[in-house]
This record gives sequence, structure tokens and C-alpha cells, in this order.
Amino acid sequence: MKNKKGAGLLQGDIAIEALKQSFIKLDPRILFRNPVMFTVEIGMVIMLAVCFWILGGESHQGSFTYNFIIFLILLATLLFANFAESLAEARGKAQAATLRKTREETPAKKIIHIGEMFLNEVKVVPSSQLEKGDFFICEKGDIIPTDGEIVEGIATIDESAITGESAPVIRESGGDKSSVTGGTKVLSDKIKVRVTTEPGESFLDKMIALVEGATRQKTPNEIALNILLAGFTLVFIIVCVTLHPFAQYAKTPIPVSAYISLFVCLIPTTIGGLLSAIGISGMDRALRANVIAKSGKAVETAGDIDVLLLDKTGTITIGNRKATNFYPAPGIDEQHFIKNAVLSSFSDDTPEGKSIIELAGILPLSYKIENPQFIKFTAETKSSGIDFGNTSIRKGAYDSMKKMVELAGNKFPEKTATDVTKISSNGGTPLVVIENNNVVGVIELQDIIKPGIQDRFDRLRKMGVRTVMVTGDNPLTAKFIAEKAGVDDFIAEAKPEDKMDYIRKEQSTGKLVAMMGDGTNDAPALAQADVGVAMNSGTSAAKEAGNMVDLDNDPTKLIEIVEIGKQLLMTRGTLTTFSIANDVAKYFAIVPALFIVSIPALQSLNIMNLHSPQSAILSAVIFNAIIIPMLIPLALKGVTYKPIGASALLRRNLLVYGLGGIILPFIGIKIIDLFVGLFM
Amino acid sequence: MNTELLGVIAMFVATLLLALPLGKYIAKVYSGDKVWTDTFMGPLEKLFFKLSRIDELREMSWKQHLTTLLTINLIWFLWAMFCLLNQNWLPLNPDHIPAQAPDMAFNTAISFLVNCNLQDYSGETGASYFTQVYALMFLQFVSAGTGMAAAAVVFNALKDRSTEKLGNFYNYFLKSCTRILLPICILVAVMHVFNGTPMTFKGMETQISMQGDTTQVSRGPVAAFVAIKHLGTNGGGFFGANSTHPLENPNYFTNMLQLIIQILIPFAMVFAMGFYLRRKKLAWVFWCVMTIGFLLLVVPTVIAEIHGNPALAHMGISQPGGNMEGKEVRFASYATAFWSIATTVISTGSVNGMHDSFMPVSGMNMLLGMMINSFYGGVGVGFLNFFIYVILAVFIGGLMVGRTPEFLGKKIEAREMKIAMIIALFHPFLILVFTAISSYLAAHNTDMGWWFTDANCKHNAIGWFNNPSYHGFSEMLYQYTSCSANNGSGFEGLADNNPFWNITAGIVLLFSRYLPIIGPVAIAGLLAQKKYIPESGGTLKTDTSTFGLLVFAVKIIIAALAFFPALALGPIAELFTRH
Repeated sequence: MKNKKGAGLLQGDIAIEALKQSFIKLDPRILFRNPVMFTVEIGMVIMLAVCFWILGGESHQGSFTYNFIIFLILLATLLFANFAESLAEARGKAQAATLRKTREETPAKKIIHIGEMFLNEVKVVPSSQLEKGDFFICEKGDIIPTDGEIVEGIATIDESAITGESAPVIRESGGDKSSVTGGTKVLSDKIKVRVTTEPGESFLDKMIALVEGATRQKTPNEIALNILLAGFTLVFIIVCVTLHPFAQYAKTPIPVSAYISLFVCLIPTTIGGLLSAIGISGMDRALRANVIAKSGKAVETAGDIDVLLLDKTGTITIGNRKATNFYPAPGIDEQHFIKNAVLSSFSDDTPEGKSIIELAGILPLSYKIENPQFIKFTAETKSSGIDFGNTSIRKGAYDSMKKMVELAGNKFPEKTATDVTKISSNGGTPLVVIENNNVVGVIELQDIIKPGIQDRFDRLRKMGVRTVMVTGDNPLTAKFIAEKAGVDDFIAEAKPEDKMDYIRKEQSTGKLVAMMGDGTNDAPALAQADVGVAMNSGTSAAKEAGNMVDLDNDPTKLIEIVEIGKQLLMTRGTLTTFSIANDVAKYFAIVPALFIVSIPALQSLNIMNLHSPQSAILSAVIFNAIIIPMLIPLALKGVTYKPIGASALLRRNLLVYGLGGIILPFIGIKIIDLFVGLFM
Repeated sequence: MNTELLGVIAMFVATLLLALPLGKYIAKVYSGDKVWTDTFMGPLEKLFFKLSRIDELREMSWKQHLTTLLTINLIWFLWAMFCLLNQNWLPLNPDHIPAQAPDMAFNTAISFLVNCNLQDYSGETGASYFTQVYALMFLQFVSAGTGMAAAAVVFNALKDRSTEKLGNFYNYFLKSCTRILLPICILVAVMHVFNGTPMTFKGMETQISMQGDTTQVSRGPVAAFVAIKHLGTNGGGFFGANSTHPLENPNYFTNMLQLIIQILIPFAMVFAMGFYLRRKKLAWVFWCVMTIGFLLLVVPTVIAEIHGNPALAHMGISQPGGNMEGKEVRFASYATAFWSIATTVISTGSVNGMHDSFMPVSGMNMLLGMMINSFYGGVGVGFLNFFIYVILAVFIGGLMVGRTPEFLGKKIEAREMKIAMIIALFHPFLILVFTAISSYLAAHNTDMGWWFTDANCKHNAIGWFNNPSYHGFSEMLYQYTSCSANNGSGFEGLADNNPFWNITAGIVLLFSRYLPIIGPVAIAGLLAQKKYIPESGGTLKTDTSTFGLLVFAVKIIIAALAFFPALALGPIAELFTRH
């Protein structure tokens, strides 16, 4: 499902679509939702009226060309802002379309009850053709094509790469373990499944539609920021309106164009124009990371996360445990034990089984064995093995092996029992091997901590996020791995309700908790968590409960999501700061220009030494317009987040966007003025 | 010259040294901890509560606090109106002062009620002793107490817990008066008496001057009045000439004393917040932000004043004392310049010189001090104004570090932003809109009819200027800025005792007093109900110099930039034209 499209900002058709949209969005009914840009549009209409007024004979408003140019610049300002939003939207739509396409390609073995030739004929169709109520079968090795409910049979299903549980899960018809999800793999047996969702109505489809949807809900932070921007707009309406009587008192006639220009320059058009583009591109960036967010709010909340719940397996450790040591039972020759261990794994396809053969370095085929009978792992026996001649070898968990041995009337050797405890306390999993119901030894399986995971946790810690490992292991093992991986806390022997309790406990102290989950039993916890990321391979219940779905089924994705959330807020904050800081220079460009004719002394305020009052106003308005498209790439990509601590980050951003926002327009306006001056 | 400079620095340092222990004491008073005043003030307060049947332990929500505050303020207003309109027959009127005209009484009552003390009357001829003591001085106490109690509610709301119960308003209010204002005032009044300030209920005294002329010298219970006038940052003088009057401010020592006590509580309230919330570092950051702003205004002002008037220098006149026009020789340039900024950044508005005669830079700085209105600010309300800018800075800063903004563990969301923005907006709105109305009238020289009559019985708007041109504009701007900042100082030179100025100023005063109290208390009340979020590594730290810088920038950009065009037409135009 990898879906990395080129990150280029302008792809032909997207750009054309965006361009078309930017004109459509000039409709005041649409623009009304953005108060800052809406006032710019009012200003533009007034300028158009002034142009006609001049054509009608008015002579105090300056030349028609000058006024018309200002009208055009205001129109451009609006188009630039609309373009930013449309571009972000178009990119999101393109992404969603690609997603949908990839999704439709899983083959499904559909059962046709009255087939072309027989009853219950099986036909391979694309998963997209499965409808609600259809039946399909899945056999060993098949990927389950879509969400459904088992109606017949029992199967072990491998969710190890995705759910984090390295042990296969058992699903059977009837009861609450009957639901299967698309994307998981059947390991043994055969099941018949009834489809529970309509094509195009599955959870994933609904969410793609959400991403595409034009009716994007504003997030709480966005609403608050809009209030701030509307407030600034109001302040400057007051400033510009009251300037009229002030100027009358000072006997300085000010043309309409100067009022409108001053107003448009002062209101925060830069952030106002880019605000929705930033929001959309936040969801888009999540999508690019192959995460579908149900709402922009979820992405934003991710930036606020204090605690992160991570499953051990698959996240902190490599999905599957590996054999690392052989401990023969007392009185058993090591080579004999290894032989038994290798043979027991002869037909074991699980990664653990393979790792045993790997560790032994002996191929099972090198032992000449006649008529082997392989005993598959079943959920009932919890063991697997091989029978040949009158030898029977089994391997399995300590509990079940001990039961078998003691049932046959043999004793479980003391030393092996100690080995088992030792392995567990070192964070490993013991696998006991028995030959004809006699213990021959124990294999140590160890969790392999993912390379580089410590650094990621370090990064999270610097962001202020505490990591908590959730594992079914006993506390001793859990502690060992937690320390080795560098997580801050762990929940051992975790039952699904433990996650829920932990989340509630953290939330009651005011913290925001994120977790990743897959199973139906994770659903309550996913719903309780402030950010619940469901794996795409998870049950539909889990996906309904969470507020994001990770298409890659990659549990470390949460780290990326947190960064995307932070980036989103930061981009808004820094561009707001930049936009407001720009006002200083614009004041110094426009205010002297307004009064210079009647109060020559105010030439001292013209610190940029601009060419003429008209060129000063034009330069400021032009700068104000072109800064929007110049910042579109930044708005879409987001400000880079660096985990250097909040104070350092604030200092850095204040320096770059605050101080930069004060200085840059001085330079920009001066350069534009030098250019504009050539034509005046 | 150096002695003068040392005098100014000594005043500042002394204020800081006194404010620190006072801040700790205020924090204890509001926390209900044991303090040394318990022994003699405790029984008195108990008696008050018993007589008025107030249960001072009943905790109030933020809405109840505000309802209580506004109700008792309304009652005080009616009382003051009654006194002013009936002072002619009320007792303690040895000089037979007539009742005030209704529009002036409205202006006077409002302006004392709202801690502004814009005086369109002159104390010698406009107010009887009864009015001075039982209406005006009473209001000086209770208006200061109101501001402090509101700040105490905000302190309480910012504690790290979730609650709706924010203490009892009457308790905060009464203790502000009995534990903080009253003891210090008694001390300060006694010190003034020893320096020659009158304290009597006797009428004017007839004196024969050295030239042999007979003059009537006004006197009265001045010492008591002067103490609360400064400690409560009220600024209304007993006499019309305010603290330039030799009986109201006899010498350099009383001048120093008056300066110190007017800045004392604004300083102490910031530290009180630090002690109360156990966030001393945050208090220091806030104090430093305020102080930097204050210094940026005071230093250029002092420099401009000590260098004298360039127009006079141009004529070859030597000015060894600096610009002495409108200044008292006993205070001289340094202290007067320092006072002019102190009295405007803090909402006192008392004067010891004529602001109209200051250099254009000084005039602009005084205006800026009132436009920003929270570099220290008035008692209690200064902190509340500052709090609004902190909320705005937290919001922008929070976003910049990639986290939903939070202040002291409470999330700032749309509702709080809405309130903060309305309050931040109202100040420029009131100043600019009313200045625009008066500019419009002046520009068109409108016939004002009943609303305005000048000395020559003409009704034209232009008549309210002594100096038209840029300076006239500054005068109008100053008048409304002073009202909106609840400052009460005047640029003078404006004929402001007439229905137009009395009533419009009164309206500005009412809005600009109560909105900046309602807003911050509401925000704090809303925040108090929210869940407390403990700090993490990703939280924006507010007790850092970086955050201080951000607050400062937000203040400058929101408060100062909105006034840039107006300032350009007033003091800035004047500054560059004169050179």
C-alpha cells in the first residue's frame, strides 16, 4: 500500500484544477467563511467602484491607471489566497484517489451458491466486487480480502506484523471472536466468511471520502486563531475609518485607494490567505505518511500528546522473537537436544521456528528420517512437533509441556525449570522441547529490540511525550525490555482492560494519551484515548473507535503523527507571527505617504526613502500580495519541527519569523519600490 | 544634575525594595494566612460582616463575583451623585460651595468611581469637605479596593486545580481596604502632615501677603486625601492644581513619597501573584517586561526634558534646568519627567507639572504609556490588563511551539480568545472613535448648541482648543486616551468642562473601567473550570525571558501600532515640525 507520490508542488493537472477553483472561490458566499479575505474582497469591490467613479469624472482620487492597478493587485491577493487553498485541496483529492485505486486489487475467493457449473462454486474476484452478504472462503496462506464474519470453521490468523501479537490469533464461527478483517493472513485451516460491509462503504472508504470532502470542519485551534485574526481585522477597520476625520482635521485629503491599501496591508492577509491551506495540508501530510485522519482535530490533538501507549511486539521489538540459546536438560547431550529442537521445527513455518533452525545451523533434511508425520500447531494443544518411527517430539510453552510431561507420569527436571525462569527474567520466552514426553531441553527465544528505537524515544522525550510499553509479558521480562529500549513506563501482563484503565488514569491528571490498536478488544481503549490510531489490518470495530487509521500498519507511526500535529500548529503560529510582524514595515511605508503632502515634516518617517507616496503605497500592496504565493510551499510542507524543547523552539521561531517578519518587508518593499519607481 | 538623577534612581529602587515584602504580605492576606494585622483589623472586619449579614466564607463563581462587584459599584455611584448634587446644603461646607451641575456631577462621580479621577472641576471651588471626604475620598478607597479584589479573584482562579469556587468577593474587597490600603494610608498621611500638608475641616484662611494683598487660602483634610490619591492610583487632587500645589505636595521629600506610593501597589501586585501562585520567576518575568517598557518611555522623556526646548535654544536662551515651562522649581526636570511617565503608565493621573508644556517626545510617551496601559498599570487593574496580553501571547507562542496553547496548565481556547480580543480591541476602539468624533466636529467647526459653550459664549467646536493644529489634536487624543486608560491626567489646554466633553468622557470611562475587569475575571473563571494539565517538556514555559519578549512584542504591536497613524498626526508631526 505504499503510496509515495512525488512531493512536487505543482503537478500540471492539479495546478490547473487549483487555478480554476481560485476563481470559483471568489464567490462572496464562499469567501465569507474567511473574514480576513472577505474584507479584502470588499476593498476590491470598492476600488472597482472608484475606478468607475473616476471614469465618470471624479478628479480627486488620482489617475484611473493607478486606481485600476490597485484593484488588480487586490484581485491578485485574493486569487493567490484562493489558489493556496485550492492547491491544498486538489493535492488531497489526488492522494485519496490513488488510495482508493490500490485498495481495489486484493483477490477474493467468492462463493457463488448457484454457480455456472456446480453449487457453491468458488470464483476469484477483486475484493471490490464483494458485496455485503456475500460469502468467501480463505485457506492457509490467503489474505482476507475484506471485513467479515466467520460463519464456518476455525482458523489461526497471523496478525504478527501488524497487531504486534507474535502469537497467531484464533478466530472461529460464533461468539465474539468471529470477525475477521481485511489484510490479515490465514495461517492454518479454512474458514468461510460472510462480508459485513458494502463495497465503498467500508471504514476506509468512508474516510477517504472525508479527506476529499469539501465540508471541512474547522478545528478548535483554527477557530480560536480565526477569532484572533478577525480581532486584528476589526482593529484595523477602526484605525482606517477613524483616520478619515483625523485627516480632515489635519486638512489632508486622503484618496480612497490609500485607505483601502493601508487597510489591506495591515490586516493579516498572509496568514488569513494561507490558513485553510495549512489545515488541509496537515491532513494531507498525514495521508502522505499513509495515515488517514478522520478529522483535522485528530491531527492537531496528536501534537499535544503527553503519553504514548505502544505495544511491545512489533513496535519496540521486531515483530517476532528469535531463538538465541539452547539449554539442554540435565543428562541430555547438547547435540541430541539440538537435533530434537531442529526436527520439532521441521515443518514449523513461523518465524520462531525458522529462527531455531537458523540458530542450530543444521538443516532438518540432513537427519535421515523415515516417514515423518508433522504435527501442526493447533490452538487446542498449543504445541507442534513431529512423529517418526516411535519417536514423538513436541515443542511448546512451558505450561502445556509441563502438563504433557506430568500427564505421562514423568518428572519435569528442576534445572530446566530454573532455566525457564532465568530466560523469562531476561526478557526472553522459553520453548520447552520434549521427546517421548521426556524433557530434553529448553530453547530461549529473545525479543530483538528494533535498531534505532532508543533514539526515537529520546526524540519523543524531548518533545515532552512519555512512552509507555504495553505487553502481555510478565513484569520481570517487561521491565528488562523497557529498560533496554528506554521507554519511560510499562504495563506488564496487560489485559485489554488494563490499557483502558491506564488511559483513564493518565487522563484524569489532565494528560492527553495516544495509543495504537487493532483488535476488537482494543476498541474501547482506542475510543477513550485522545488520539487512537487503528491499524488498517485491525478489526472494523477498532477502526470505528479510533480517530486515525494507519494504512502501513506500522506501530511506530505514532511518532510521525505527533510530529505532523506539532508541525501543523507551528506553521499556523509562525505565519501568524510573520504576518503581524510585517505590519511594522508597512506602517512605515504607508503612513508617511498618506500625510507627506500636507505635513512635509513627516518625511522623517519615510525611513525606507521610498520614491513617492504613490510608489510607496503600490510597493506595500504588491509586497502584501506576492508574499502569499511565496509562502505557499512553506504552508503546504509545514515548518520543520525540531525536538529541542519548547523554549528553544520559541526562541528560534521568534527569531526567524518574528524578527525576520519585521526585517524582510523593509527589504522587500524597498526593492519593489526601486522597480515601481522606474515607471513613475 | 547628578543629584537629581540619583534622586530618581533612589525612588525607583526604594519602591522595588518596599514592593517585595508588601507583595508577600498581600499574597498572605488573599490566601487567608495569618498576618500581623489580624489582631486589630480582624475584629473590625468581623463586625462589618456581622452588621451587613455577609457570610464571608461563602465561595462565589466568577459570575457571582462580577454581579457583586457591579452592584456595589452602582450603589456607590448613586451615593456620589447624591453628594455632588446636594453638597450645598450638606454639612462640612464652610466655604459655601454650590452643588455641581448635573453633567459635571455625572463626570465627577463616574471618574472617581472608576478610579480615573478626571477632574473637570477644581477642588477649591467645586467640592465641599463633605464631598471630598465622604464621596470622593470614599470612592478613592473603594475603587482601588475593587480593582485589587478583582485581581485577587484572578489569582485565585489561576491556581493549579479545577473549580468554580473562587473565594468571596466581599472578603477580598474588604481586606484590600482594611489590610492594605488603610494602614499604609494612615502612615503616609501622617508623614504629609509633618511636612506641612493641611489636615483640617476649617474653611479658607485669610492671609496677608508680603505685598500687603489679602488672599483667601484654601485648605481642608488634604493629607488624608493625598495618601489614598496616590496609593490607590486614583490621581484626583484635593486642589485643582493637583500635586503641583504647594500645600498638596510641599517639598521634594513628599514628592518622592507620593511617587513611591503610587508605584508601590502596582509593583507589589505582580509580586503578590508570584507569592500567591508560588511562581516567583513568572512574577519577575512580568515585572521585567513592565519595567523595560517603563524605562523605554521614561528615559527618552527625561532626556528630552533636561535638554530643554530647542525652539528656545534656537533663540539663544540658555536653559540650565532643562525645559522648565510648566514645571515646579522644587521638583525640577528629572523628577517631573519621571513623574509624568510614572503617572501615565500607572493609572494615577496625578500631575506635578503641566503635561501640555512638555516636549513632543514626552507627550507621545505619556500617550503611549496610557495606550498600552499595562506597564504596571493601576492597582489591580494593571495586572488584569497585562493578563489579557499574556493570554494573547500564550496563544501565539503556544502555536509556535506546536502545542495547543496553555497558560499555567489551562488550555486557551476559542472562548477565552474571544474575550481577550474584545478587551484588547475596546481600548483602541474607544480612544480612536471618540477622538475621531471630536476631530470631525473640530474640522467642520460644528455648531454644538447646548453641548458646548466657550468663554465667549460661542458654540463652535473649534473653541475648545487653546492651541489648534497638531497640538490641538494631541489634546483631544490625550483626553480620551486618559479616560480609556482610567488615568485621569489631562494634557490641559482643552476646554473640557462642558456637556460634550463631560458626557463623552464619562461614557468612555464607564466602558473602559468595567470591560477590562469583566474580561479578565471571566477568562480566569473559565480557565479555573478547566482541567489542570501538568507541564511537560513540550509545554510553552511562561517564566522565561523568551516568553517575556513575546509578551512585550504583542503589547507593542497590538497596543502601540493601532495608534501609529493617530500619533503621527499629533506628537510625531509636532516633533518633526519643530526641529
